Amino acid sequence: MNIKMIFAGYGGQGALLSGQLISYAAMLEDKHVTWFPSYGPEMRGGAASCSVIISDKRIGSPIIQSADAVIALNQPSFDKFEPFVKPEGVLIYNTSMTDSGLKESRSDVKYLGLPISDMANELGNLRVANMIALGCLNELLKCAKTESIIEALKVRLGEKRADLIELNKVAIEKGGNAAK
Amino acid sequence: MEKRFMKGNEAIAEAAVMAGCRYFYGYPITPQNEIPEYFSWRLPEVGGIFIQAESEIGAINMCYGTSGSGARVMTSSSGPGLSLKAEGISYMAGANLPVVIVNIMRAGPGLGSIQPSQSDYLQATKGGGHGDYNCLVYAPTGVQSAVDLVQLAFDKADEYRMPAIILGDGVIGQMMEPVVIQEKKPIKVDKSWATVGWKDKNRPRAVINSLSLVPSELEEWNLNLQAKYKKIKESEVLYETYNMEDSDILVVAYGSTSRTIRSAIDENELKGHKIGLFTPISLWPYPEKELKEATKGKKCVLVVEMSAGQMLQDVKLAVGDTAPVHFYGRMGGIIPTAEEIFAQILKLGEVL
Repeated sequence: MNIKMIFAGYGGQGALLSGQLISYAAMLEDKHVTWFPSYGPEMRGGAASCSVIISDKRIGSPIIQSADAVIALNQPSFDKFEPFVKPEGVLIYNTSMTDSGLKESRSDVKYLGLPISDMANELGNLRVANMIALGCLNELLKCAKTESIIEALKVRLGEKRADLIELNKVAIEKGGNAAK
Repeated sequence: MEKRFMKGNEAIAEAAVMAGCRYFYGYPITPQNEIPEYFSWRLPEVGGIFIQAESEIGAINMCYGTSGSGARVMTSSSGPGLSLKAEGISYMAGANLPVVIVNIMRAGPGLGSIQPSQSDYLQATKGGGHGDYNCLVYAPTGVQSAVDLVQLAFDKADEYRMPAIILGDGVIGQMMEPVVIQEKKPIKVDKSWATVGWKDKNRPRAVINSLSLVPSELEEWNLNLQAKYKKIKESEVLYETYNMEDSDILVVAYGSTSRTIRSAIDENELKGHKIGLFTPISLWPYPEKELKEATKGKKCVLVVEMSAGQMLQDVKLAVGDTAPVHFYGRMGGIIPTAEEIFAQILKLGEVL
């Protein structure tokens, strides 16, 4: 296993968090993992992103030039990271937040446009959009077991916010079903 | 042991706490802000003290005072902040005071940018401040490496009574990796030099000082420092190698750049050539002999840095005429990709 992924969106959409959760989940399954965020000026303009690598072997650079999958939660992220998808790679994007005239310009990429924000609203909480996207990605790439992601969520949310776990679980499943 | 998933910066702070550091003074600057942020809540938990100083100069001089009392103390910053601390570091080196200083390098010169860089190599390894002094300099290659080196740095700073610098960069500070942080009991050293009161009048007064107006005495003081540095050069060298067997091109890189080289080696096939990697972990003392030995039988050496070629100088000194030395570097906060480094290696391969 050697999976490279980029998670991107507006600050607050949870792209960085969903990257951390899948990383943590993979760590629980004894994989090598790196997570690297955009922290500089490239974050300005709406594409806060992180790069996640999950591997059976020791990982070299945490920086990704050629990704197996990209999650783009908004238009600037789509524009910026479309070229980073490797041939035959997947680009999951959020049609609720991208332009209606958006063009899927590459013939060598598998596009999966889903109304992720609307799907989150259907679940009653826009903030789980990132988990829908993560569920979708994990269904396609099989980075970690769903139980491991839930374990990661438990650690992240702590006891005080444990009531949010069920909603997140449903969101992951909803995303997974959309990818099937 | 419990594995945690942490940012390099946070792990550096926790590693310090677990090595018995109870005092941290700093002033904010990206990309190292998670270090003071972490200490600000963590140190009060263990009865320690965190102070956001009025400036970097204030922070390093607070370190001088705390270290003078014999306690383990840390400060951290990035490029511009290290320039401000330079005077204090020289004073601490002169006064034989242990301290651990973290520099999460960003691109310079001047205010530069907040993106990763390795352009403070010369500042860290050749002094940075005034006078004939050196600091121990360790360059982590990842989050676990940063933890291990921080804990080692505290012990070595105590053992040799001198400043130790952790020279990371924005990638090391910002990336998250699985990490195990264990408690590391401080090594036992004599700290009777610490200024903790003079109740026991049977011993000489402890004086922490770097002022000496009599030239012969100051020279003697300097000779003692140099003798210490010589001993360190002989016994404290650290480095790692990868894929060395049968390799004909040797790449030398430290810190996060060494990780990129590893990717270049793992993810590419260079027809007819094999690439080895030499990664200095201690930048001062520099693994001179070990690097020279590693270049024997190699067709050429390629140094890769996120700078204009600073470590390059040490590599050339070490390698001498054993093998031709080439250089590839990026500046301004640009991280060279595995692909572009591989292209450089390929070019070298064609020439050979």
